[in-house]
Amino acid sequence: MKSVVFIEKNPVTKRLRNVSLELTYKAYTLSHPQGSEVVGVFCGEALPEDSDRLFQFGMDRLLYHTDQRLAQLHSLAYKQVLEAMIRAEKPEIVLFGATHTGRDVAPLIASSLKTGLTADCTQLYTDEYKDRGKILYQMRPAFGGNILATIVTPDHRPMMATVREGVMLLPEEHLQNPVRMEEFAIDFNDIWLKSEFMEIIPKVKKVDLAAANIVVSGGAGVGNRENFRLIRELARALGGEVGASRAAVDFGFIEKDHQVGQTGSVVRPKLYIACGISGQIQHRAGMEESQKILAINKDPEAPIFNIAHMGIIGDLNEIIPVMLRYLKEEV
Amino acid sequence: MKRIVVLAKQVPDTANISGDAMKADGTVNRAALPAIFNPEDLNALEMALTVKDRIGAEVHVITMGPPKAVEILKHALYMGADYVGLITDRRFAAADTLATSYVLAAAIKKIGAVDLVLAGRQAIDGDTAQVGPQVADKIGFNQVTYVSALREVNDNYLIVERDGEVQTEVIKAAYPVLLTVCAEANTPRFPNCRRMLRFFRLDMNDNTGIIPVINMDDLALAEERCGLKGSPTRVHKIKSIMLKGGELKMYGTDVTDIRQLVRDIMKDYVEVG
Ligand SMILES: Cc1cc2nc3c(=O)[nH]c(=O)nc-3n(C[C@H](O)[C@H](O)[C@H](O)COP(=O)(O)OP(=O)(O)OC[C@H]3O[C@@H](n4cnc5c(N)ncnc54)[C@H](O)[C@@H]3O)c2cc1C
Ligand SMILES: Nc1ncnc2c1ncn2[C@@H]1O[C@H](COP(=O)(O)O)[C@@H](O)[C@H]1O
Repeated sequence: MKSVVFIEKNPVTKRLRNVSLELTYKAYTLSHPQGSEVVGVFCGEALPEDSDRLFQFGMDRLLYHTDQRLAQLHSLAYKQVLEAMIRAEKPEIVLFGATHTGRDVAPLIASSLKTGLTADCTQLYTDEYKDRGKILYQMRPAFGGNILATIVTPDHRPMMATVREGVMLLPEEHLQNPVRMEEFAIDFNDIWLKSEFMEIIPKVKKVDLAAANIVVSGGAGVGNRENFRLIRELARALGGEVGASRAAVDFGFIEKDHQVGQTGSVVRPKLYIACGISGQIQHRAGMEESQKILAINKDPEAPIFNIAHMGIIGDLNEIIPVMLRYLKEEV
Repeated sequence: MKRIVVLAKQVPDTANISGDAMKADGTVNRAALPAIFNPEDLNALEMALTVKDRIGAEVHVITMGPPKAVEILKHALYMGADYVGLITDRRFAAADTLATSYVLAAAIKKIGAVDLVLAGRQAIDGDTAQVGPQVADKIGFNQVTYVSALREVNDNYLIVERDGEVQTEVIKAAYPVLLTVCAEANTPRFPNCRRMLRFFRLDMNDNTGIIPVINMDDLALAEERCGLKGSPTRVHKIKSIMLKGGELKMYGTDVTDIRQLVRDIMKDYVEVG
């Protein structure tokens, strides 16, 4: 089954977004065992600076169309260019990152191709389905994360899916596919440029939760903005990043960039420390794949203990200062 | 005077799922969940009403759903919507986003002369964020997704902020356009008391005609593109999420226990350098 992967550039760093590498490798594991290709599709004002890296993750060919006018996300233009590439390649599988760009363009293309699109998949695999031969099985949480649904698109092609960044794993070892980039020609029509971008304000992103080995997160149980200092200090002492539950963000203890969960970042650090977090399903969606989870909570019945590997039952405002003291001693 | 259509959906309140909402076989019992106005659709409606307040507009709110969805249409009337429509038909059941957008697009075309369509960014029952863009595709409108603020509006265009993850994009979009609106964009207003009294007793298809019911034939739709028949995706299997109980090592709150915890963490996770 041939796969097409939408390749996305971070408009601020001009480099590939991680999700593009993650999906390239995922597509490789879906297509290669059956002897099929993985083709990337890109449009924008210039290729990402590190496009070559795609070929270390299983890409066979990269189709691209570059044009100064595509520097920003003109939904209709992106749709036209990418749809033309997909129609030319006739893949069975099409994967998009569930980014704000992917979730803008993928539904337009699925609508136009009259095919199925499954959002925010957490697992993708191929298997036999009735008399259709092998098809793509797409697993995703639904109902606010309370159920896990397996969705299939039996009779329409391509089978399309989006996946959030950080959900699919990268391989340990790099592959060494030859670099093959092909320019894709299309008659560009100015009427596709309907939005006028008046100003672009880069967001200063202070946190990179996905890259951290240790994440220390605080929740509503931290109590107030002042106490949240303890969470920051613990993170600093351990060389980790600061995370938060949505309740902590909503209460104004910390900025939204730090939120972990279904509507925040997805993290899988070596160690995740949840302080004063009950462990609701939407929070778990962003952290339960962490290698080890330590929970500090005064309620022994808190659901976070069902997924934790280490736990302390007690008041975080008493426990963390003691931890900080010993951490200083140990170093 | 602009004509605005707001797309609104009634959804199960997934944020407050309790034990009794799960059936014995592990599936969700939709009937046991309270049904609410999809939160971000309230933000879309608020934006429509803001445009109405500033430059004058006729605000239509439509929903595709079961008869019970009349509740959110009444809420929309309380907030200030001018017209509402309940699009309901058994043949629409089990529609995925492609089939849903087909029906909604037809309803918008039927209203006619629409300048602006506002949808929520996503519905909390599926979180797909697909219906808005798929409607835009079918009615041939430009779209701006993830709208996080309305800066300016006049008779020719709107200026909005779009949350582009790593950047905020300030976009000028001429009509016609479809926007999908995020929770950050505004705070939905409260229902107006006088309007509540006025619309409280309404029901669909009563003699007032304020809540008309629209079915497949009214929209001259092709049955094979509606509901389950018109949905390329199929739910193959559903599993309720069980918490996985792992090995759990508990530490006491004694200073010696906490010291042991710190040592264990340092040993395994902290690169001392
Ligand atoms: C559509 C949707 C999306 C959502 N997305 C997210 C998301 O991305 N991320 C997210 O986190 N949430 C998300 N939520 C919210 C989620 O449902 C929970 O409301 C939230 O995670 C709760 O945060 P909390 O655990 O910090 O707060 P609570 O549930 O209030 O838990 C606080 C915990 O702190 C403990 N505690 C209190 N005081 C102390 C103390 N002194 N010492 C130690 N422990 C103490 C309590 O025992 C309790 O367990 C979402 C909800 C919805 C509906
Ligand atoms: N059945 C429906 N009736 C009206 N509007 C809908 C319906 N389904 C989705 N929408 C609109 O599309 C948005 C995105 O929905 P979704 O793609 O399901 O996340 C919602 O916030 C609504 O504005």
